Amino acid sequence: MIRFDRVAKRYPPGIDALSALSFEMTAGDMLIVSGHSGAGKSTLIKLVAAIEKPTSGAVLVGGQNVGTLSRSALPFLRRRLGLVLQDQKLLFDRSVFENVMLPLSITGFPPKEAMQRVRAALDKVGLAMREKALPIALSGGEQQRLAIARAVVSRPALLLADEPTAHLDAETAAGVARIFHEFHRAGVTVLIATYDGHLFPDARTLRLDHGYSVA
Amino acid sequence: MNIWLVHHDRALRMALRRLIAAPLTTLLSLLAIGVALALPAGGQMLLSNVQRLMGSTSATPQISVFMAADAGRGAATELGARLKKHPAVKQQRFLPREDTLQRMKANAGLREVIDVLPDNPFPDAFIVTAIDDQPATLDLLVEEFRQWPKVAHVQLDSAWARRLEALLRLGRNAVILLGGLLATGLIAITFNIIRMQVLTHRAEIEVSQLLGATNGFIRRPFLYFGALLGFAGGATAWLLIAAAAWWLRTPLDDLLHLYEFTFSLQSLGLADSAVLLGIATGLGWLGALLSLGQHLRHS
Repeated sequence: MIRFDRVAKRYPPGIDALSALSFEMTAGDMLIVSGHSGAGKSTLIKLVAAIEKPTSGAVLVGGQNVGTLSRSALPFLRRRLGLVLQDQKLLFDRSVFENVMLPLSITGFPPKEAMQRVRAALDKVGLAMREKALPIALSGGEQQRLAIARAVVSRPALLLADEPTAHLDAETAAGVARIFHEFHRAGVTVLIATYDGHLFPDARTLRLDHGYSVA
Repeated sequence: MNIWLVHHDRALRMALRRLIAAPLTTLLSLLAIGVALALPAGGQMLLSNVQRLMGSTSATPQISVFMAADAGRGAATELGARLKKHPAVKQQRFLPREDTLQRMKANAGLREVIDVLPDNPFPDAFIVTAIDDQPATLDLLVEEFRQWPKVAHVQLDSAWARRLEALLRLGRNAVILLGGLLATGLIAITFNIIRMQVLTHRAEIEVSQLLGATNGFIRRPFLYFGALLGFAGGATAWLLIAAAAWWLRTPLDDLLHLYEFTFSLQSLGLADSAVLLGIATGLGWLGALLSLGQHLRHS
């Protein structure tokens, strides 16, 4: 599903975020990328989603080298993955419902079916009762769950999350982690960058230290 | 409903929502666009009115053939037949002297003068239009008619018509020039309005891109926004012109009445209105397209 082949990413002016990183994930895997702040976890997620391009090496997602994708092909890669970024990128001028609706609007889903899907996604993350609320009225944990609902509403085979439990209290974080476990059990490939590795005790872990993979 | 329709329906609704969401900005934009379009469109309105006013006296050159005062009706009939058979003549119209007298008497100023004259001062006449209205051909034709018996005077009354036509052509070019300049201005106006829109919706654009939106998807609501703004701006211009025409109609009627013209100033015709709205919509769309192109290239 995902393969990194000697991937390096250098930001100007010469800061190495990732160095010679190689790993592989098969479909249905759950992989936790852990490490201290600045270890390159976010960079790894951004490379998979083609938000960043590798300086060298190849990033393959579903057999496709995403580092060499053309601009016009990019949207169709993004549609195949669910993305939960560190700053959740919610739209604060739209309701919870409309935020989750957005990915389906983008793919041109028939409105009626889309509405059912949005309700199902909100139900799955426990926000069914808040669909009319604006994101600003949600707690930190609820906002995180909203971001997850938006990431999974189009039922992607691959779910990426960058620090999904940051700034959450232990109980809320455990709740969010449980949601990811549920998706994994349902067959979704899950890749999570987190320093809360203990929330996912059964998952395979890739430890990063200053951009290098450490066993 | 297919995907295409779903996308366009959504984009159109979004554009309308955004227009309504900031009524004051929208109103000011419409005024700016409306005034910019009203100038060339107003010029076009005036031109077509002038053309209509002159329409009765056609711009195709005519030759007036006046019979000698002592020529009888028989000579006139003979001349009419001769003109009809002439291969270079397209049309000929007979003006009996009695009719001319009546027509001139209808003019208040002339009646008094005519009444003191002992008999009808007007001769029988023919108005001739030629098949070929090149000046050289017409001059030859005039010379030929002058040689005919019982013809007193032949006059080619094309000079003023040609001058008028040249003037109208100049006016038309001025309208096109003005239209071109202001169309460029209009593109600049929408470019800027859409740029502001893009900046306001930057977060949404960024999130949409992360979620797999194509450039087309991102562009669409803005293109509709630009097109709607252009269309509404065109409608504003149309209203401004209609109001101006209404306001000028009575004083202009009064003025022209003093010159014995009956004429009513008309606002833009159907075709001109359609062209105005179409061009306004297209320019708004183009301004949005250029603005979005610039933004998407740099994001």
